[in-house]
Amino acid sequence: MRVLNVLWYTIFSMNVFADNGYIEPVTDQIAKEECNACHFAFPAMMLPQASWKKILENLENHFGEDASLDSQTRQTIGEYLLSRSGDAGSTPSKFILGLDNGNPPIRITETEYWIKKHLHISEEKLQSRLAGLKANCAVCHLRAVNGIYRYE
Amino acid sequence: MKPIIILTPLIAFSLVGSLHARGLNELINHYATLAKTQDALFDGFDAGRGKSLYMTKFLDGKKDTPSCTTCHTNDPTQAGETRAGKTIEPMAASTSPERYQSLKKTEKWFRRNCKSVLGRECTVTEKGDFLTYMKNS
Repeated sequence: MRVLNVLWYTIFSMNVFADNGYIEPVTDQIAKEECNACHFAFPAMMLPQASWKKILENLENHFGEDASLDSQTRQTIGEYLLSRSGDAGSTPSKFILGLDNGNPPIRITETEYWIKKHLHISEEKLQSRLAGLKANCAVCHLRAVNGIYRYE
Repeated sequence: MKPIIILTPLIAFSLVGSLHARGLNELINHYATLAKTQDALFDGFDAGRGKSLYMTKFLDGKKDTPSCTTCHTNDPTQAGETRAGKTIEPMAASTSPERYQSLKKTEKWFRRNCKSVLGRECTVTEKGDFLTYMKNS
């Protein structure tokens, strides 16, 4: 029986893993330090280039706060984010599907993929302090910092 | 042998402690020097004014951050939280002695947060008052 449980668990977790995939965390040290100073450092692949550009061009009004950077730091972070963005490689990330490049989202939580993946979670829970106002992946995804987004 | 074993970490600890205190003092001295060049009658910084700056709710900044206390709480010895749910180590020098080591970093956060909270850059006096309040907290 135990063997069967282990087998089912293995298959189940493999499926979940395959579905969620691995999402490369922010690897650039400067980007990690700057983004992470205020919030979970969102992986570059979660947004397309157009979104990152829009965000970087308006750091003085960054989600209600001034997050301006000196031009050199901003450029370094920009180059990193654009090189790893969801549409930078030959295969677009799942987050990019269905996005309007003419009006790119600046919130990952506005992407179709994010919404679809969180449909089963009540709005009440997502808005609660526990979920960090939807802005802190790591509250629910305990290993998000390592790129693993399995629900835990 | 034993006194050496006991004393070495103590000496090292006090050295580190004084280095940290020196960092904040150096920052305050830096702003004091600037203040003197701007105003010949500059009479030193004031922790009370710094506290008032920290506690005041301003109307001209961004609406989500009317006051320092929005994210840092009313007590600078307590940890705060960013609006995105990330813990902020306390601002008080007594509880966060490792803060205030870099002028560049200090200036970066004054620039951002003064614009967010007050809707403008802080004056040299405001910066010095703020740091003096944190030194005494």
